[in-house]
Amino acid sequence: MKVKSTVAILECLLEQGVDTIFGYPGGTILNIYDELYDYQDRLHHILTAHEQGAAHAADGYARATGKVGVCFATSGPGATNLTTGIATAYYDSSPVVFITCNVTENLLGKDAFQEVDITGIAMPITKATYLVRDPETIPDILREAFAVAATGRPGPVLIDFLKNVTAPDVLIDYEPMERKEHIKHGRLQALTHRIGWDIKTPEPNHEDIRKLAEMVQNSEKPLLICGGGVVRGRAHEQFRALAEKIDAPVAITVMGGGGFPGGHELATGMIGMHGSQASNMACDNCDLLIAVGCRFSDRVALDPETFASNAKIVHIDIDRAEIGKNVRTDHHIIGDAKRVLELLCEMVEPMEHTRWKNFIFSYPKRVAYEDKPDQLTPQQVLETIRQIVPGDSIVATDVGQHQMWTIQHFNFDYPGQLLTSGGFGTMGFGLGAALGAKVGCPDKTVLHITGDGCFRMNGQEMATESHYDIPVITFVFDNRTLGMVRQWQNLIYHKRFSQTDLDFAPDFVKLAEAYGLKGKRVTNVQELEDAIHEALEWGHGYVVDCMIDTDEMVRPMVGGGQPITNFMLI
Amino acid sequence: MNSEKKAYTLSILVEDTPGVLSQVARLFSRKGYNIESICAGPTRSPGTTRISVVAICDEAEIHQLATQLSKLLLVISVDVLEGEESIQRELCLIKVKADTREVREGIIQIINVFRANIVDFGTDSLVIAAVGTSDKIRAMMKLLEDYGILETVNTGLVALQRGEKTIHDQNKLKDEYNYGKNLH
Repeated sequence: MKVKSTVAILECLLEQGVDTIFGYPGGTILNIYDELYDYQDRLHHILTAHEQGAAHAADGYARATGKVGVCFATSGPGATNLTTGIATAYYDSSPVVFITCNVTENLLGKDAFQEVDITGIAMPITKATYLVRDPETIPDILREAFAVAATGRPGPVLIDFLKNVTAPDVLIDYEPMERKEHIKHGRLQALTHRIGWDIKTPEPNHEDIRKLAEMVQNSEKPLLICGGGVVRGRAHEQFRALAEKIDAPVAITVMGGGGFPGGHELATGMIGMHGSQASNMACDNCDLLIAVGCRFSDRVALDPETFASNAKIVHIDIDRAEIGKNVRTDHHIIGDAKRVLELLCEMVEPMEHTRWKNFIFSYPKRVAYEDKPDQLTPQQVLETIRQIVPGDSIVATDVGQHQMWTIQHFNFDYPGQLLTSGGFGTMGFGLGAALGAKVGCPDKTVLHITGDGCFRMNGQEMATESHYDIPVITFVFDNRTLGMVRQWQNLIYHKRFSQTDLDFAPDFVKLAEAYGLKGKRVTNVQELEDAIHEALEWGHGYVVDCMIDTDEMVRPMVGGGQPITNFMLI
Repeated sequence: MNSEKKAYTLSILVEDTPGVLSQVARLFSRKGYNIESICAGPTRSPGTTRISVVAICDEAEIHQLATQLSKLLLVISVDVLEGEESIQRELCLIKVKADTREVREGIIQIINVFRANIVDFGTDSLVIAAVGTSDKIRAMMKLLEDYGILETVNTGLVALQRGEKTIHDQNKLKDEYNYGKNLH
């Protein structure tokens, strides 16, 4: 069947079950947007205020739904505006297909208007990039790109079409094909012959799992770490079954939030730099540490030499390259978390570790902040929100103090409930991600928790929130400073507060109103409760500006590169 | 695991697509390793290129590099070649000043010892082609320095595994990188 190349592109998206695209048009991508005009009933396009917002929205959509996100942008600045969003998705293994267009073939390399080598720029922050110069390769490349983004360890890919490839007079051969057939054709089929490339999920080595089961059985003080892989692999049920069967405490990384119920009696809270005392003490004292889908980043294994030094360390991951990258392990299993945990759970006998649990839980799992007379404390804000909103609300955060407080005080019960930029630490991630999540999960209440610094980055997406009426409730932890940076200045830089004061920030309530949303500034629990009720009843975008103390700190804290129990703050 | 730093040769079989060489080279720089030499050329099967890279690192690092390289979509297979088990050669072209008969004869004596060839014979200069290990080429170069080397060009190391084992046996799924499994 001969079709226009732009039709083939959009049909290939439909083949993948895509129904939502986040993006921003421009000169070189006009042909695709022109075709999209005829596909409005099948492909819902959300026009953001900025390409970065679109990238984060597609990412948030992917994280919340578990499907592949799709994002469009034009060449040059449109494409480079995506890069922070691409890197954010890459570091947190979120499957997103980014589609950009470039100048026409005859202008390629001539430094033409809005030309940039985006496939080159995106190379180190994607699983793969494709520069499409031959229109006939469109179906093959799109099918491959979606498979690459979603399989194995997920991640972003970028496809850059030259403008002439999408010209209206370009007709190509296109045969519709069901998704499950894709792997039997074209380049994808060739990739499956290179089995190592994880288009097919390899079956974990049963002998390795048996060995691990033996280690578990011999362990008196086991500790599980729930990493982002449990969330991406949707292995939360298998993880919980294992933890309960072997009665092992569970420490949760930032990316692991939602992989294991935060309120579970075995949960020790977050681990690492701002980890709970219970988690970090458990890590230091355990005799067997099983890390699932966790890459031992420098925020978890702060000092790799002393990390879990009394334990045999076992690493379960789908990505072979993560094994031994940051921490020396004693045993590892390559495979999908769901499958590995399922097999492991079958091979172990039920156990009890009462003494070990008593030891760990003699340390606090949560920090208690002191109430202050005229100001809200982070704990008050979060506890109040938690008590009022539905328990299954999706929470998107930005990066900094509010992010750590949110993860410490909320309980995340299912994968996709917490959307946060854990690896790349992107300020300005939250609002876009929250919008994407709400579009993907319209039945869930979606909260966006941010700080006054972060909200000024990409806060313009309130325009998108308002225009498409995507009801997200934003809570700004307004301390009139870049809180986390100030915390470091307070503790490490002798209170020299260089460039962290934000007391000239705009009035967020008025700003929200300017975008057609509602807003309220709150200074005590009563006002906060009223605002949350009002926001829930109103059912549209709402901003709650929560005034907190400028010198409030995230506790506990372990300094970078320090042994995990060297708390500088508890 | 051996933490001694030494030169390892990575043999990388890749799809011959634009940008693949830069993708491979960038992986080294972004992971913080220096490339001592890099050499790429076509193979027998159309559409595939074989890249040989020499990097100085320790055992853990070379395995990390190999697994990271394996993750690249365009990489078909990766092989870590070590000294004894592989044959390593480089080609060097050396232009030497040779304006008198005595000098030319002296140079010819040297290159005969090293089994190199003269590939261009001019009245004032000679171009010598030498194939061998890095050590051999370095030794010859040292002797030629007395005559005045005008310029040199070196391909960098290429290497093949000894015996019947080939890079095609390096299926990425195989448990070849099972370091870390030091539990007995």
